[in-house]
Formats: sequence, C-alpha cells, structure tokens
Amino acid sequence: MNFKGKDIISIKDFSKPEINYILDYSKKMVDFAKGEKYIDILKGKVMSSLFFEPSTRTMLSFGCAMNRLGGRVIGFSDPGKTSQKKGESLADTIRMADSYSDLIVIRHPQEGAARLATEFAEVPVINAGDGAGQHPTQCLLDLFTILTEKKKIEGNKVILLGDLKYGRTVHSLAYALSLYGAELTFVSPKSLEMPREVVDECKDLGVKPVSTSNLEKSIRDTDVLYVTRIQKERFPDAEEYNKVVGTYTIDNKLLQNAKKDLIIMHPLPRLAEINPEVDTTPHALYFKEAFNGVPLRMALLSLTIGGEL
Amino acid sequence: MKELKIQPIENGTVIDHITACNAIKVLRILGIPEGHSSTISVAINVKSHLGKKDIVKIENRELDPKEVNKIALISPKATINIIRDFEVAEKFKVKLPKEIVGIVCCSNPTCVSNSNEPVKSRFKVISQDPAKIKCYYCEREPDDIAERII
Ligand SMILES: Nc1ncnc2c1ncn2[C@@H]1O[C@H](COP(=O)(O)OP(=O)(O)O)[C@@H](O)[C@H]1O
Ligand SMILES: [Zn+2]
Repeated sequence: MNFKGKDIISIKDFSKPEINYILDYSKKMVDFAKGEKYIDILKGKVMSSLFFEPSTRTMLSFGCAMNRLGGRVIGFSDPGKTSQKKGESLADTIRMADSYSDLIVIRHPQEGAARLATEFAEVPVINAGDGAGQHPTQCLLDLFTILTEKKKIEGNKVILLGDLKYGRTVHSLAYALSLYGAELTFVSPKSLEMPREVVDECKDLGVKPVSTSNLEKSIRDTDVLYVTRIQKERFPDAEEYNKVVGTYTIDNKLLQNAKKDLIIMHPLPRLAEINPEVDTTPHALYFKEAFNGVPLRMALLSLTIGGEL
Repeated sequence: MKELKIQPIENGTVIDHITACNAIKVLRILGIPEGHSSTISVAINVKSHLGKKDIVKIENRELDPKEVNKIALISPKATINIIRDFEVAEKFKVKLPKEIVGIVCCSNPTCVSNSNEPVKSRFKVISQDPAKIKCYYCEREPDDIAERII
C-alpha cells in the first residue's frame, strides 16, 4: 500500500484495508513515540503546522510526532499574527506553506478548508479539524486505541455518549466503527441526537445502532464508553446549551454496574462530564488515548511524506 | 393530431415535463426574460398522461448544456426539445452531471466555499431524481436546492 503524497481529509476517503494498514503501522511507532527508541526517518523534512483555531492535543501531538521522526516544524497557532488578519486568502497561505514544507497540517474554523487546501498544495495535506466538519486523525487514533486495548474492533459494544448532534468526532467514529461491525448504542439528550444521515450511513454498512437517552441501563454490557463534551461553541444559542449541559456525568457510582474491562474514552478536553475520581480507575483510558495520537500521527507523517520504517 | 396548448414556434426551445408549478423557477434559473427580447410562453399545470406538468417555450433560443443541467436540479424529469422550422429537431432528457460546479451555493454559512477563496462552489451529485447533491468541501447536502441557484 502506498500513501506517499496522499492527503488525509476525511475518514471516508479510506478503505478498511487502508485503515488497517495505518493502524498496524502505528503499532510499530509506539516505542519511538514514547522516546524509548530513536529514529530519524524524516530528517531534513519540514512540516507546516497551520492552526487557525486553538488546539492543545492535536497541535502538540503532531509537533511531537514530527520531532520524534527527526523532522522539523514551522507554523503558527495564532492566526492573529499572520497575514490572514490582513485579509490574505487561505489559498494564498497554503501556496506559501506548500513552497516552504514537505507536508501541511491544517486546523481551520471553516468546514471544507482542508479540502480546499489540497487544491493549492502539491505536498500532502492533513486535516487536523475543519470547523464542525472532519477530524480524521482523531478518528484513527480512537480506532487505534480500541484496537490496542481490545485486540479487535469488530464485535465490541460501543456507546457514543453526549453531544451526538454537533460533535464531529462521533460522526466519523460512528461511520468507522460501523465499517468494522462494532455494535453501536447512541446515548444523548433528545435535542442532541445523532443526525439521521449518520444513522443511515451506519445502517448502510449493516449496523443497527440503538438510540436511547438512558445511560445507566445501556452501560451494563458495554465494552467501550466514548464520552464527548457538550460543546458550547457549536450551539446556536446559550439557552439550548444550558438545557442540556450536565445531563450525563460519569462517576464511580455509575460504573458499579459496568463490565470490569469497560474502557472509557474521551477526545478531550473534558469538563464536568467525567468526574476526576474516575481517572484513577482501570476504566479511564482517555489520557492513554491522547498519547496514542503521537504514534498514529507519526505513522501518517512517515507514510505520506515517504520515509517508512 | 396532438393538441398544442400554446402556439407552435418556428425556432427555439421547448422545455417539457417540468415538475408541476416549477416553470417560474426554471425561468429564474435561466435568467429569463432579463435581456431577452423573444417571446416566452409558460403553461402551468398542464394535464398529461403522467399527471400534471409545466411547459416553457422560448422562441429563438437553443439552450446550452450548462443551462440544461441547472434545470435538472429542480426538474429532474424535464425534456429539452430544440425546435427548428416548426419541427422537433433534437430532444434530450436533462441529466445531472457527476459534479455541479459554480451553479449552486452551499447552504452552510461556514462552508469554506462561501468565503472569499478563489474557488467555485462544487457539489457531487448523489441522486438524480429526486436531485440530491453533496458539497465537495463541507460534505453537507442542501435540501433547498431551488433557493440556492447562483
Ligand atoms: N413547433 C412547436 N412549437 C411549440 N411547441 C412544440 C412544437 N413542436 C413540439 N412542441 C412541444 O414540444 C414538446 C415535445 O414534443 P413531442 O416530441 O412531439 O412530444 P412528446 O415529447 O410528448 O412525445 C411537447 O410539449 C410539444 O407540445
Ligand atoms: Zn459546503
């Protein structure tokens, strides 16, 4: 399989064998990601890191991944300091980054920005989140996390919890998990239910997701609980937000009914939806999940820039 | 002989089998009659063996494919008849191409195609009839295509 020069914009651009290949390759990166072993397969290569919107994990883990591979990073995390503020088009910014680097990582508040970037860049473009749109590397690292913890993705009972309406990660994750034949349960307040298009996509892939608002009941036989934050910034108005925030809280009391090997994931940042008392239980996997972003992104950088292990 | 509801035309285009009550939108999409001096006749809710339909007749103008595609977005069953010398010289069914470029604007206000970037709007056609399109950039599907014709 050859990923050299390939853009990574949406999880839907990838077939299941391609995803498997990326996940397997990421496994090989774990020791290097931890700093226990050393490689420099991207020595002399430069990654542009264009963050038009704030991010902690995604930006740091991409930067970390590139450094761990021996490459270097240029870019910005505050568009206020760039020509963007003077009204330069995204297209022109991309043309510049294209000529200064071997790969572009972009996070942008407008949906479709990464796809647009591919039209103005010769070098590969990786979408690090486009507004309420796609965030494929998050989706891949979530699959990677389930795979490494559960040894397989198919057959796991997975709950996607929280803001299923506006949350971009859960949309692509629902699709990807369906591709693997996981059993899906969508738990959310009524007003934040999974959009019909996403449910239809899962059904097209042969999965019959269950939608409910009852978490206590659904958690009993679940293998993976994927929690998301109710994102204030995606709400049209504060009133709607206030109605639903705090509907679900994961705490030790709730977990009494859960399977021993239930894993809890969260794309982070988390607010009150997971009580910190859960952090020290074996269920808590969200910090490891965040670490997994490094080997996964190392794999993507090395595959797309070309410089394989 | 078949009865013609409207006067025969010598040369021009007859758009037939327009979804009932959509004739006015079809004209709007085509930018007619602005700057057009020829006679245009519109028949709305014409009975046919397939139920009701609209018909538009435009004298002295042969539609080009790009305009025809626009029509397919709101009247997927329409046929285009090119009339020359009072006869139907050419006839074809409208058909959406795989992609619609620069014809419809995206319904998503925060889609990058709605900002000042040097790109045209671009949609993938996912269904012919009813017409369904998906934005190449933000992947949304506008459900009010007729209102979004540029
Ligand atoms: N010379 C003409 N002037 C105006 N309208 C015409 C003329 N010839 C045909 N039409 C109209 O064009 C459409 C297509 O004509 P025709 O091919 O004869 O019918 P159909 O598609 O129903 O088999 C019909 O609506 C018909 O009334
Ligand atoms: Zn769009």
